[in-house]
Amino acid sequence: MNTIPNRRAICETLMEKAGQDKTIVVLCSDSRGSASLEPFAQAYPQQFVEVGIAEQDLVSIAAGMASCGLKPFAASPACFLSTRSLEQIKVDVAYSQNNVKLIGISGGISYGPLGMTHHSTQDIACIASIPGMRVYLPSDRHQTKCLMEALVADDSPAYLRVGRNPVEDVYTSGQCNFVMDKATVLQQGKDITIIACGEMVREAQKAGEILKQKGISARVLDMYCVKPIDRQAVLDAARETGSILTVEEHSAFGGMGSIVSQIVSTCCPVPVVNMALPDQPAIAGTSRQVFDYYGLNASGIAENAERMIKSSGKIYPEH
Amino acid sequence: MDNVKIRELSKIATKARILGLDAIHSANSGHIGGAFSAVDIMTVLFFETMRNIDPKNPKQPNRDRFVLSKGHGTAALYPTLALRGFFPIEDLKTFRHIDSYLSGHAEMNHVPGVDMSAGSLGQGLSAAVGMALAGKLDHAGYRVYAMMGDGEIQEGQIWEAAMAAGKYKLDNLVGIVDYNRLQIDGTVAEVMPLEPLKEKWKSFGWETFEIDGHDYAAIAQVFEDAKQIKNKPVMVIANTVKGKGVSFMENNVNWHGHPPAEDEYQRAMAELKKALEDLEG
Ligand SMILES: Cc1ncc(C[n+]2csc(CCOP(=O)(O)OP(=O)(O)O)c2C)c(N)n1
Ligand SMILES: [Mg+2]
Repeated sequence: MNTIPNRRAICETLMEKAGQDKTIVVLCSDSRGSASLEPFAQAYPQQFVEVGIAEQDLVSIAAGMASCGLKPFAASPACFLSTRSLEQIKVDVAYSQNNVKLIGISGGISYGPLGMTHHSTQDIACIASIPGMRVYLPSDRHQTKCLMEALVADDSPAYLRVGRNPVEDVYTSGQCNFVMDKATVLQQGKDITIIACGEMVREAQKAGEILKQKGISARVLDMYCVKPIDRQAVLDAARETGSILTVEEHSAFGGMGSIVSQIVSTCCPVPVVNMALPDQPAIAGTSRQVFDYYGLNASGIAENAERMIKSSGKIYPEH
Repeated sequence: MDNVKIRELSKIATKARILGLDAIHSANSGHIGGAFSAVDIMTVLFFETMRNIDPKNPKQPNRDRFVLSKGHGTAALYPTLALRGFFPIEDLKTFRHIDSYLSGHAEMNHVPGVDMSAGSLGQGLSAAVGMALAGKLDHAGYRVYAMMGDGEIQEGQIWEAAMAAGKYKLDNLVGIVDYNRLQIDGTVAEVMPLEPLKEKWKSFGWETFEIDGHDYAAIAQVFEDAKQIKNKPVMVIANTVKGKGVSFMENNVNWHGHPPAEDEYQRAMAELKKALEDLEG
């Protein structure tokens, strides 16, 4: 099993590019160890800024640097970066169109046992609702690398969230079928579509396999691009498979599932069920324990998908 | 403070370290360095300084309050509260477990004796200012103690709170900086220097004291001295050693937030047990 967390892939890409491109700067807030960015800080001390434990300062300093033509990547735990610094993201980054890339590390419930202060289960909702902000949740290290290369090359702000722990590979190196802002089809299917992002993608992929063994043909989409979401892929899924199950490591409010539901209900109403974290502080435990507790795993996804198909298009009572 | 009292406090703090180490070991997760730098001060607060503390009635309105703004210091706070009688000592073994009320960071609605939830650094001093303001409005006599990490005070909100406390002359508020000189990624001096620290607080309208944060008599005395200060808040800059009490953890940046491996746990426990035996001997 893969032992390289996605955050390491971020550091690797930045190190590859920073030698050539001196406009790349990395900013941390006592987070370089947590973000696996120590090697970058060592290799490129001139392109590294440490602001101390000060996430608001972090984001606004990055915005100032971007306004002078640099390409700042500001990395801090997703929980603090997305909400402590929200005003700075709204005004200094998004509204001002400063090319800051925000790297939220240890996102979702990665810091499980540390409790709700360290969970970031509203970052998609907060940041996606800001005009001009893009939101990406890559699924594995290979895709993270492809995404990072695209983000280094473009010139508008974005938020990227990764988890803390290594996740099983979804792709093999060089075989990500990565197209910027397009969902990746992991499995073709006609009975239902499972749309997942971030660490839930691998679980959705496994659920697709479980369902296949039961004779159910599920389409599985990796929607790493939560905003701008791949509308066409969502609408194709609705038209061609008749029902959609979304899965994410986020609150049920305002996450990827909400965005999918809005598109579907407006343009092509079919049943959509959102699997997400409930509207209460998530229980504290290891991420695996927390996922299992809420059924955010391959068997939970497969069960929900099967139930949706059996109820032939009816929305479940519990949702 | 006489030697008998000092020895008594020292025993309690050593027991708290043992329980904190055990809790982290059983959770296989937790912040040990900053717990051990802070636990002597918490011991004095809960066993000597703070008034109207009643473990049977943890929300008694007239109690002195303690805000652990550096909310990751639960491996010091929870053992101290358990030893003070707020909840059973055995429960510490469930620290950070999925079905436990003893969460990783301080939570006021789950853990008896915790006056404010924390975990996102930089917010606690503001909450303490609110409590102190409420005390003034209600003409209540309680005092409010807020403990911050030295890295933590890099957060801007700390200085917003510092201004507010100065403006409202909150002489019922005592801040404590656990000045262990380390944070996650290195020394505070490397990551973001704080000096001249005393002058900073002074210029925000605070009276300042500097003490050895492991000297029980000095800790108790400074909180008494603070009571004599009128019309301004007091900041105690406590010089401490991160990981204090376990030789290989002391002043070592690697012991911020990861749990000890089995052999490290055994070695640390042996040192602490030896220290306790010596005190009891
Ligand atoms: C707002 C916020 N940002 C970042 C963190 C992550 N974090 C936890 S502890 C810590 C270092 C704290 O250093 P210090 O205040 O010196 O604590 P101590 O040395 O007493 O453990 C950091 C950055 C956090 N908990 N909250
Ligand atoms: Mg410190």
